[in-house]
Amino acid sequence: MNETIGMTLLVVGITFDIVGCIGLVRLPDIYNRLQAATKCVTLGTALILLSVVFYTGFNAIGVKALLCIWFVLMTAPTGAHAIARAAHRSGIRLWDDSVMDKYKDDSEGSEDN
Amino acid sequence: MKRFLHFLILLGIWLALTWSLQWQEVLAGVIVALLADLLLGDIFPIGSVKVFYPIRFFWMCVYTVVFIWYVIKANFDVAYRVLNINMPIRPGIVKVRTRLKTDMARTFLANSITLTPGTLTVDMTGDHLYIHWINISSEDPEKETELIVGHFENLLERVFE
Repeated sequence: MNETIGMTLLVVGITFDIVGCIGLVRLPDIYNRLQAATKCVTLGTALILLSVVFYTGFNAIGVKALLCIWFVLMTAPTGAHAIARAAHRSGIRLWDDSVMDKYKDDSEGSEDN
Repeated sequence: MKRFLHFLILLGIWLALTWSLQWQEVLAGVIVALLADLLLGDIFPIGSVKVFYPIRFFWMCVYTVVFIWYVIKANFDVAYRVLNINMPIRPGIVKVRTRLKTDMARTFLANSITLTPGTLTVDMTGDHLYIHWINISSEDPEKETELIVGHFENLLERVFE
């Protein structure tokens, strides 16, 4: 039973990881790509780790996997935020068809360059 | 007292990671936890300790369930946009206001926003969050705030403030 659940979670997790990778290639600019990479890869990795928990049971490996899920959930959005902010600060523009950029409007007046 | 709580949390994480109670492991854990607490205890947000009150803990559980639901929704949303041939995206950066005050609550809000459908936190200045939105559906700032931060703000206010 546990193996079936673990296998299902593994397949679903890998599917989401693949979708994230396709998004990384298909979407037009760094911000959109970050969205795909962060969301899909976070849940995909979390599900793969969860499948490890179901496979091995609640022992040394399983608990490590559970803790890793927590770490991934905490660090992935923070990393995405840092990359997006750094990209915007170093002047990478949004995709040409983007609707608005309030961040640029607001930061233009306050910065020197 | 606060430092001691931090120390216990860190030691708990260490013991869960090693998953053994041999005295060498525990001793190493005590040393590492003490060092980390002494060096980084100051920047550890104070508000997080409040989570251990029963009522806040209950709302934390509610928040976790809501959060997981939105993460799953976000993934299907991204999958839909990525796998669709026409790629229905309409990206842009919007500015929303938050009424949360503590650092911990804001951190959780920003991280939650990043993992929920179509949004990514770019920066935070003062009370305003700059959010990259993959599919802008309204031009009205009030409505944007409702749509993006509304779900989590109420819950996080109960948990952390």
